[in-house]
Amino acid sequence: MDFAPHTAEDQRQMMETVGIRSIAELFVDIPEKYQIKKLMELPPALSEQEVFALMKGIGSQNVIPPITLMGAGAYNHYIPAVVGHVLSRSEFYTAYTPYQAEISQGILQAIYEYQTMIAKLTGMQVANASMYDGASAMAEAAILAAKTLNRSKIIIVRSVHPEYRQVVGTYAWSNGYELVEVPYGKSGQLDREALIKAVDENTAAVLVQSPNFFGIIEDISLIESAVHAKGALLVSGFTDATSLGILKPAGAMGADFVVGEGQGFGNPMNYGGPYLGIFAATDKFLRKIPGRLAGATVDREGKRGFVLTLQTREQHIRRERATSNICSNEALCALAAAVYLVSLGKNLKKLAELNIQKTHYLKQKLAGLKGWEIVFPAPVYNEFIIKCPNPQKVNQKLKAEGIIGGYEVEKDYPKLKNTLLLCATEMLSKSDIDRVGSFVA
Amino acid sequence: MELIFEKSRAGRMSTGIPKSDVPEVAVDSIISKSLLRDDVDLPEVAEVDLIRHYTQLSKRNFGVDVGFYPLGSCTMKYNPKVNEDVARLPGFTSLHPYAPVEFSQGSLQLMYELRQYLSEIFGMADFALQPAAGAHGELTGVMVIKKYFDKRGEKRKHILIPDTAHGTNPASGALCGYQVVTVRSNAEGGVDIDHMRELMTENVAGLMLTNPNTLGLFERNIEKVAQIIHGKGGLLYCDGANANAFMGITKPGSLGFDVIQLNLHKTFSTPHGSGGPGSGPVGVGKNLVPYLPIPRVVKKEERYDWEYNCPDSIGRVRAFYGNFNVMVKAYTYIRSLGSHGLRRASEMAVLNANYVKGRLKDYYDLAYDRICMHECVFSGRRQARESGVHTSDIAKRLLDYGYHPPTIYFPLIVPEAIMIEPNETESKETLDAFCDTMITIAKEAKENPDMVKSAPLTTPVRRLDDVKAAREPDVCWPGRC
Repeated sequence: MDFAPHTAEDQRQMMETVGIRSIAELFVDIPEKYQIKKLMELPPALSEQEVFALMKGIGSQNVIPPITLMGAGAYNHYIPAVVGHVLSRSEFYTAYTPYQAEISQGILQAIYEYQTMIAKLTGMQVANASMYDGASAMAEAAILAAKTLNRSKIIIVRSVHPEYRQVVGTYAWSNGYELVEVPYGKSGQLDREALIKAVDENTAAVLVQSPNFFGIIEDISLIESAVHAKGALLVSGFTDATSLGILKPAGAMGADFVVGEGQGFGNPMNYGGPYLGIFAATDKFLRKIPGRLAGATVDREGKRGFVLTLQTREQHIRRERATSNICSNEALCALAAAVYLVSLGKNLKKLAELNIQKTHYLKQKLAGLKGWEIVFPAPVYNEFIIKCPNPQKVNQKLKAEGIIGGYEVEKDYPKLKNTLLLCATEMLSKSDIDRVGSFVA
Repeated sequence: MELIFEKSRAGRMSTGIPKSDVPEVAVDSIISKSLLRDDVDLPEVAEVDLIRHYTQLSKRNFGVDVGFYPLGSCTMKYNPKVNEDVARLPGFTSLHPYAPVEFSQGSLQLMYELRQYLSEIFGMADFALQPAAGAHGELTGVMVIKKYFDKRGEKRKHILIPDTAHGTNPASGALCGYQVVTVRSNAEGGVDIDHMRELMTENVAGLMLTNPNTLGLFERNIEKVAQIIHGKGGLLYCDGANANAFMGITKPGSLGFDVIQLNLHKTFSTPHGSGGPGSGPVGVGKNLVPYLPIPRVVKKEERYDWEYNCPDSIGRVRAFYGNFNVMVKAYTYIRSLGSHGLRRASEMAVLNANYVKGRLKDYYDLAYDRICMHECVFSGRRQARESGVHTSDIAKRLLDYGYHPPTIYFPLIVPEAIMIEPNETESKETLDAFCDTMITIAKEAKENPDMVKSAPLTTPVRRLDDVKAAREPDVCWPGRC
């Protein structure tokens, strides 16, 4: 099947207007010898009913577990019904980037509202319309810092998500910057001394994460002055946006950029994407931040309206002088995040509290098992690292019950032998946790 | 329209939170108060207020489902509904990216096969699906080129980009440390071969070519272009944003392209979502496969798995594996159309563009009068000269007639450019009605230029003050956070 509505008669009339006698004449500019003579080797076309059955079959090859103990950058949160209903309005999902503001007020206003909520939650003055994901948002902040300060060293703490460190590494390499990893402290928290030693006059940015990859809540105010004393910029990341509901915003603790993964706000896990990168900054960077920005203005009659603004920052005007090549956002994911935040409102704090309660319970439960031990006693949000006799075996056991177990930390942190990173969100009930406890015991 | 913040009333709420079923502990006994926030400043509205707010907003938005959307270079084709339904199946939405591979065989199979299909359609050795958008794929593609030369121990400093290129091309080149050198276009809208030959040295990494280019024209001299670039050891990059023009007609791989980025949200009919999520796979020739991002899906006996051990890879460009749920839609689209359907999509897209060109060429100046591919580019210079009505005015007037305007003022080398991409999913009646409207506007421009200049007259807001928006930035309510 295809979706072209042309009848044979339409085609005949249109060819006459164009002045051709065969469709082949439309492709005269493609050298004959490079034209495909036979059909591409693809599976045969399917009707809607057939394709739906096929896709249902492929989807059912995936096993959707009743219990997920995995976090590590993607989080199983409840998505209120309103989110899906708003997102299925095709006026939103079948539109392009809002270049024609007069007929795009819907998404422009929604993005303006999103930017406002994100700025408030992160404690920053400006938030953009979103980026590809948390990792690339962190990389963009690092590159912007290096280009703005004309410095070539980027420092990242090893307690930042391993994949985020890899993405920053790729971006740094392509731009010719040096990425330096500094260790975390014995407690799993920031090692202030190691950081101070590493930051110098050529350091553009220091990248940290809170809660960090081990789930630990960092006090970035302890390093803020040391970073700024050398003229470097502080980038604070996060991987579960719901933590913003209860933790002191990084903006209030001296961060210049707050970046992170917004998936936790109303977006399904989707086997890794699409998600949205949250990017917020102090107003000093208003005219420099990458990505789209929606701004309020007025129309000819003085009525409030919204446009994409400050586009002179962007690649289609600055071309090779641009600090980023991004020319879209994850608008629909940002819309989901906005609807989610409006839907929860002040209850976002209660939701975050519930994550803390469930995590505390899971932690207590497992720490009481023989041979199990909490690695870092520092306070956590909804993830923690625990040492256990045989992490692979534990995960195998859970898998046999259809449960997704924890992240095996040792492959990224050889020193953290026999450890699992476990996550408990509001989706785990007490009986789920009790069951997990009995399975692994 | 009021902002959601202006509708907020203290004490209202929409979604409640379940009571804790585990023994509660005081949060500040676990986490020090100095690390906690006092309150969250978010709107307080009832569910009905929320739904009405966003429903009203949606009515102030224009999508492909609302009407004709001939936005050039953006391929705003109709997005089949079955793709949406399929992508919402829990099997695709609910799985954690670190689920064990035993749990994710369906997702892995889909990605593995999508790569195979794209390789076959475009004649490349392999594709990487990780980039999240076209521009992201482009950046990834140039990184692959950079890695290729790094591994060969060559330090090439420049990259060639024609003057018709998308603005992302020079930005992507520069973000990989290349100095961008612009190649001129010739009189027929193609690459100026002599100029390119002059610029192409062993210090140049390659050429980034959009083909068909932003004038909607296929590069007739593609064979010569490839010879010159490859002759000096360079690589040929294809910006595949316009791939809707040639599916099943020709393969970039056989034309000599070493790298191509696609936009699944254009060619493969995944909806644009008001600006994302998209998906920008990168395809490469055999010699560049080792440099593609990690991880990669591999098939070992009848089982799929992730392969992380690719020592020459550029690394990662984002966390996890890419915009998986977008890939589900593109995969469904390919399986629905099959090879014949994809070819017919390109044929009808090109026929539609040439039909619009044929119907409008007496009323607007054509940038280049030759057979075009999936889009045609006019200039509004006649209207500007004769009646002071500019392309932006024509675009705004189209809003009053219920159309999304074409891309305007691009490509930059065409003054007052109007770039129309009608797409294969539009019927002759739709095109006729649009062309009639364009002809009416050309007439209005002559007879009543002031009215055209004051358009739009019927939209929820009139023309907006962009200058004020940029001079007094207000990107956060109430003006500053």
